[in-house]
Amino acid sequence: MKPAPFGYVDPTSVDEVLDVLTSEGEGAKVLAGGQSLLPLLSMRLAAPTTLVDINRVPGLDQISAGRDGVRVGALVRHAQLLASSEAADVQPLLGRATANVAHPAIRNRGTTVGSIAHADPSGEMTAVLALTDGSVTVATPDGRETIGWGDFFLGPLETSVHGPAVVLDAFFPALPERSGTAFAEIARRKGDYAVCGAGVVVTLDADRRVSSARAAYLSVGLVPEVHDLTDAVVGQPVDTADWTAAGELARGLVDPDGDLHASADYRRLLVATLTARTLADAGAEAARRTA
Amino acid sequence: MTEVRTERSISVVVNGVPREATVPVRWLLSDALRHEFGLTGTHVGCEHGVCGSCTVLVDGQPTRSCLVLAVQVDGREVTTVEGLSRSDHQGGQVLHPIQEAFRECHALQCGFCTPGFLTTIAAGLDARDPSVEITEEEVDELVGGNLCRCTGYANIKKACRHAAATMRDEAAR
Amino acid sequence: MTTKFFGEPVRRREDARLIIGQGRYLDDIGSGAYAAAFVRSPYAHARVLDIDVSAAMDVEGLLAIYTYEDLTGPLAEPLPVLIPHPQLTAPRTGYPLVKDVAQHVGEPIVMVVATDRYIAEDAAGLIEISYEELPVVVGVDAAEAAEHTVHDDVPDNIAARHHQETGDVEAALAASAHTFSFTQYFERSASMPMEGKGVHARWDDADSSLRVYSSTQASTSVRAAIAAKLELSMEKVEVIAPDVGGGFGVKIVHPWPEELLVPMAARRLGHEVKWTEDRREHFISSAHERQQRQEITVGYDDDGRITALDVLVWHDNGAYTPYGIIVPINTATQLCGPYDIPVYRARVNSVYTNTVIVTPYRGAGRPQGTFAMERTMDRIAQERGIDRALVRERNLIQPDQFPYDWGLTFQDGRPLIYDSGDYPAMMAKLKVLVDWDGFAARRAEAEARGKLLGIGMAPYVEGTGPGPYEGAHVQVLGSGKVLVSTGLTSQGQGHETVFAQLAAAELGVPLEDVVVTTGDTRRFGYAVGTFASRAAVVSGNAVALAARGVKEKALRIAAEVLEADPADLEIDEGLVQVKGTPGASIPLRTVAVLSNPLRYAFDEAARQATQFSGPGDDSKPPVAVGDAPGLEHTDYYSPLRSTFASGAHAVVVEIDPATWEIAIEQYAVVHDCGTIINPMIVEGQVHGGVAQGVGGALYERMAYDRDGQLTNASFMDFLMPYSSEVPDVDIDHQSTPSPLNELGIKGAGEAGVIPGSAAIASAIEDAVGRRIAAMPISPTELYDLVRSDAERVTNSSPHDSGAMA
Repeated sequence: MKPAPFGYVDPTSVDEVLDVLTSEGEGAKVLAGGQSLLPLLSMRLAAPTTLVDINRVPGLDQISAGRDGVRVGALVRHAQLLASSEAADVQPLLGRATANVAHPAIRNRGTTVGSIAHADPSGEMTAVLALTDGSVTVATPDGRETIGWGDFFLGPLETSVHGPAVVLDAFFPALPERSGTAFAEIARRKGDYAVCGAGVVVTLDADRRVSSARAAYLSVGLVPEVHDLTDAVVGQPVDTADWTAAGELARGLVDPDGDLHASADYRRLLVATLTARTLADAGAEAARRTA
Repeated sequence: MTEVRTERSISVVVNGVPREATVPVRWLLSDALRHEFGLTGTHVGCEHGVCGSCTVLVDGQPTRSCLVLAVQVDGREVTTVEGLSRSDHQGGQVLHPIQEAFRECHALQCGFCTPGFLTTIAAGLDARDPSVEITEEEVDELVGGNLCRCTGYANIKKACRHAAATMRDEAAR
Repeated sequence: MTTKFFGEPVRRREDARLIIGQGRYLDDIGSGAYAAAFVRSPYAHARVLDIDVSAAMDVEGLLAIYTYEDLTGPLAEPLPVLIPHPQLTAPRTGYPLVKDVAQHVGEPIVMVVATDRYIAEDAAGLIEISYEELPVVVGVDAAEAAEHTVHDDVPDNIAARHHQETGDVEAALAASAHTFSFTQYFERSASMPMEGKGVHARWDDADSSLRVYSSTQASTSVRAAIAAKLELSMEKVEVIAPDVGGGFGVKIVHPWPEELLVPMAARRLGHEVKWTEDRREHFISSAHERQQRQEITVGYDDDGRITALDVLVWHDNGAYTPYGIIVPINTATQLCGPYDIPVYRARVNSVYTNTVIVTPYRGAGRPQGTFAMERTMDRIAQERGIDRALVRERNLIQPDQFPYDWGLTFQDGRPLIYDSGDYPAMMAKLKVLVDWDGFAARRAEAEARGKLLGIGMAPYVEGTGPGPYEGAHVQVLGSGKVLVSTGLTSQGQGHETVFAQLAAAELGVPLEDVVVTTGDTRRFGYAVGTFASRAAVVSGNAVALAARGVKEKALRIAAEVLEADPADLEIDEGLVQVKGTPGASIPLRTVAVLSNPLRYAFDEAARQATQFSGPGDDSKPPVAVGDAPGLEHTDYYSPLRSTFASGAHAVVVEIDPATWEIAIEQYAVVHDCGTIINPMIVEGQVHGGVAQGVGGALYERMAYDRDGQLTNASFMDFLMPYSSEVPDVDIDHQSTPSPLNELGIKGAGEAGVIPGSAAIASAIEDAVGRRIAAMPISPTELYDLVRSDAERVTNSSPHDSGAMA
């Protein structure tokens, strides 16, 4: 289990990154945290000709939290995001989801944007990007463009970004007012990839009635899925909302696959359970923020 | 550096000592530590980042050395299990409290996973306020990311508490 | 014997180096060695048609490529069947490198040697092999059906039919008041030590000798195998087990192909060669264990007392049988545990499948046997409406029944006779420890929280410390240092500490003066190995005997010097002294110097000794006939038969009916391994065993697909527990010393793992009220189970049972 030969380069600017990606062609691969890529290299399941290490590019390790949302640079480590109270204030899902990412040693090195660019449907941050209706900024030789999550994720480990391109940051819009969030997942062992996970946002009207309930799931589809569950609970007072009904609605909306650790049916059960539980928590938080 | 290379010279401060080496760029940090720098205390248990045996500190942060290329630590500081002990006032070496605690609490059997636990826990204990009693949640977090096949973890957790108590006593002095 | 160190929780000697990164494991040896890698079969069953190495030849740094064609002499013959058995009628083993047909994914076909492992893997990746795929047999059911065969010349796929009985079971069943039959399954797991296997070999051309380091549990036997297979005389081969990063059984198998091929390459290349197994290799080419299908019929009376037990086991032995049928014999002979069963019959069909070989993993067939017995007990309790603890208690062998002769033959070929135990007391302790009788209140409390709580228990008896023998050498140096060596190996059990405790206690020397070496054929040539919970029993007693021999000699020499009767002497803190006479003493180290008539005064010890050396007796030779220079002694301990440790586990599980997650709320252990040398180390063994038991019950399985591909060959998907999955363990001890050895020791290494699956299955069944008929079980499987038409079961509580009984 040793990586096959490759060339290595660690440019110090985005332009240099793009230059070298252009010159190295199809076989070049961007290396950020490497916590998903390195195992693939060691198992020789991936064999890029060139690794373009962006870790020495300045300025990519910033978290900027503003009124409209949180922008997370390509070199921000999970641990850094987890520790950011500014980010949590603007969008609490960031910390809540990141706390579920693997174990501390992995969080110290792995990056939030890297896990999004990896497009693993069992990744926490892919789901959060989708749930918050976020986007990524991609640099290409033609310039920079913003790509919404729905256009970015095409399939498992597949994004719409091809050719010489590097994801510079991810943007997570702020939590709307009168809203609450929750995130939960079930893994076989603590820190494993989730068998199923759910992140939710509940928004209330001024009378503390549910106006919106949305959920995103991990490990249930080929790409992150967001489902609007508002119909099950719309207009209900938050304290007595039928979150179980919303869970049942979600159970019917998802179409997961089975694998070694969970059958499709079991995943549907977890979708229902996690949805009801997280919505209840999110509803309670929304109520506090509405008071 | 914008030139694509298959071999690179690196400068790393390893356990406080500046070291230079020329390594193939595909070498994992774990291999460079073991085979280039002769620091065989860092053990390789899975080479896919799950077991934690190879955990070292990169700029003080616990990091899987099988999930980092050696070339990536150029210019950084790396601490391995061999570097956890410190100099005392008389110029001798004093073990980190977690090392002492592992022996005191029988927290190791075959010892293969031990270096990864020691580096991870030492960094965690060093980063916390020693005057505050350690919680079970903290202990779980400190030991939770490494696999051990021998001990069943009970004595590793006990060693965490023991070391935290030692550090609290030291801080109180 | 002084008892100063015996029984004390002495801190481990080996830890000093291990906590500072100064252990010396296999891959830490030979930094300049060439590296080996292997091309392994990607198919579970395939004929090798052609091997094309041409593309690999261009790899810079490549040193050698070996295929079967390159093997000569005994190396080209099949690997040995280590433990033949008359009922193993169709033994089959592979070749060091595949000759014609690969029988499982991972079997080595080509060996590559290069300057480092990266380059060796590069070259291995460029070797093209063409195959003819053959039909694949996976699982005991497919093996039994024998629609396809693993080995052409074994048409029914049956390697062995093992059969033992204590009476006419069919008549006894016919005469029983009640009977039932059921079938259940047990899945594969594996030892999975944190350090994989590994071999380093150095050929000394001038001396025509070989030094081999192997991460093995049996260095003396590896040595013999290498000598035979490489056609070297024994004295030209030395094998050393360095620090070994866990074994749990997988490293007792020998010789692994690599243990022969790496020395072969070192000899041919005239250079050190090393192979360090990586994790993927370990999954697909080392050993697994545990898969069985069990068909059980039991007869019992109105009170739930068993009158007859008949068991048919279909045991998956994988592709080959290098380790004989030890595992299924253990299942067959250990299945009855602590119960007095009047008539018992065990039949085992051990079958071939196109999967990794099955050889002992901690517990070695016993977890499966305990699963069979304990699930039977639960069913009897349910059928009769009796509390599960009570039905067990009614069937226990009583303390006055020892020695309890089963009339069966154990895995060591010796009669299966339980030496000692107190099973009723053990069960009583367990019930208190887990508060068995107070469980109803806990269940009600959990129900109020919407959770399902269940409790289960499982006792077991484990044959430990089998022979044939171990030996030890103890030597006192003039420095006062006491060298102890024994041939068996260590993988974390703390032998350096417990054997030092034994020697120090016997000799009366400070513990710090004792240095223990294990598993080094340069120091001790005769040994069996570390397995079957035997090190403390067999080597422990050998160390004690050898130390006693040294003490006798020391007292004899000291008696002459001190002009006293040896019977009046004692050794304390390294000083030989006349009991009750302060001042009349001589240091043991000085006695060591005196023991050798040739003592140039190289050091202070020798100079000091001269003050004691008298003129000598001119009528006798300096070394008396029958005596020997030096203060040392070698001795062996050969047990009459195995000792039988026992224990009982109880588990409380909490299940969330909204997710079917299974949490262990309490895990209680009562443990009896006879006399304990070091309680700290014994508890550590129990903790580790329990963790593996929990892993085997709830997390770990080797998931082969129908094509024989292992679909979860990584730590990502083979779920060894982290600390978050392992419960706290409450332990209570009991000690019924073995009458078979002077120290009263029984083995402790494997105990913790044995009843895990049985107890946890019982608890889950109790919680959900559905029959558990296969282990391990995961939440998704539990969800399937509760929605299926699986039998509904109800356990009687301790308070309402007895009415029917």
